[in-house]
Amino acid sequence: MILLPCAWCGPRDATEFAHVGEASSRPDPAEVTPAQWRGYLYMRANPRGWTTETWYHRMGCRRFIRVERHTETNEVRSVSAAGGADLEPAR
Amino acid sequence: MKGSYDVVIVGGGVHGLAAAYYLATNHGITDVAVLDKGYIGSGGSGRNTAILRSNYLTPEGVRFYDRSVKLYQRLATDLDYNVMFSQRGHLTLAHSDASLRTMRWRAEVNKVEGVNSEVIGPAEIKRLAPFLDVSPAARYPILGALWHPPGGIIRHDAVVWGYARGASARGVHIHQNTEVTGIDVTGGRVRGVRTSNGDIATPVVLNATAGWATLISDMAGVTMPVMTSPLQAAVTEPVKPFLSTVIVSGTLHVYISQTDRGELVFGASVDPFTSYSMRGSLEFIEGLAGHVLELMPALTKVRLLRQWAGLCDMTPDFSPIMGRTPVDGFFVDVGWGTYGFKAGPVSGEAMAQCIASGETPGIIAAFGLERFGEGALVGEKGAAAVGH
Repeated sequence: MILLPCAWCGPRDATEFAHVGEASSRPDPAEVTPAQWRGYLYMRANPRGWTTETWYHRMGCRRFIRVERHTETNEVRSVSAAGGADLEPAR
Repeated sequence: MKGSYDVVIVGGGVHGLAAAYYLATNHGITDVAVLDKGYIGSGGSGRNTAILRSNYLTPEGVRFYDRSVKLYQRLATDLDYNVMFSQRGHLTLAHSDASLRTMRWRAEVNKVEGVNSEVIGPAEIKRLAPFLDVSPAARYPILGALWHPPGGIIRHDAVVWGYARGASARGVHIHQNTEVTGIDVTGGRVRGVRTSNGDIATPVVLNATAGWATLISDMAGVTMPVMTSPLQAAVTEPVKPFLSTVIVSGTLHVYISQTDRGELVFGASVDPFTSYSMRGSLEFIEGLAGHVLELMPALTKVRLLRQWAGLCDMTPDFSPIMGRTPVDGFFVDVGWGTYGFKAGPVSGEAMAQCIASGETPGIIAAFGLERFGEGALVGEKGAAAVGH
């Protein structure tokens, strides 16, 4: 499998993490139509290439990280602490 | 390759070839091209573990997969090709009260839909599969199982080749090593397909790919609720026949069957993150071996021959995406997750009807792309990727 360099713990086996999914912005529930909300819930870019996603270090520091990963090679380009509203779990 | 076809099918697996076969056989539409970027059956159709069953949980799912099993039962006759379907029975083990409850639920739904399934206890399980450890001392004791006699295994390559031969004999063109690089859409209508071997003008394109559902649909501007993950499988050296049923454990994430040659075929759940990589992993082999030995301790000396991975297009409700899309002439038969191979014949039959008539057949009405916008998800918890 792959090693993920956790922003707090350093390189760890990916099995320690939960893959939360593509990082996406949650629309304002008061502003969107039901169809737009369901688009946010279900639709995915699912690219073959670089993607920005959220992982949760469930068997480590139990914090969320933002990861840039290539979905074909599983190469990790960057890792940072997740925190902003744009890093809310995608599902 | 001609410059134009009435129908272009992307993906030369069991779904695409079955759709071509039924377009020609049931509807007289033979000006059809099936394109594959590799060779036929090189994707999910050649990478699955060849298990057939219809013991799902939702009535929509049970009706659909039951139709597929019935088509598989007569497929060798229809295609005049030996597909080696062995209806040896299928056991889904329950290791907890919660999964036993789900098994009872599935059995009742199955019976209402006329599908043979029943819950059996450890003694009966031991009679069907003597090498299983059914003792209460096991780490995950076997409390019962869903016994599904119509389930079994088949030779998946033969299914692909049989459909390809049948379609080809009726005039369908099959183009291998032909990668689709673009889909031309103007005015909300499909106009043609661009490929590595030239352009094709066509009013109808069917996306029948597995692992590339998002990438092909993106070319037509159709967004998919799909996440792609690898699923790994492995096979052992051949041993004497000792296992006459298919064994599945959702708790241990493993399924086991023995081929006619004697090899044991093991499959697992999808890898726990999205990826287009088809490399196998050591974690998978370690976990798989441990789980298999939990179930059958006698297999400690058996050696693995090889492992591989296929790509699974997972949807939020573990059900496929079939039928029309917002782009006229662009049809999808995708989102096949971990259950695509067993659905090949019924999907081909239904998609051929959908394309020929322009109407969505009732048997796939619940599986339309529009359900995600409407919030009408199917919720198929009988799928192999769902931990029970």
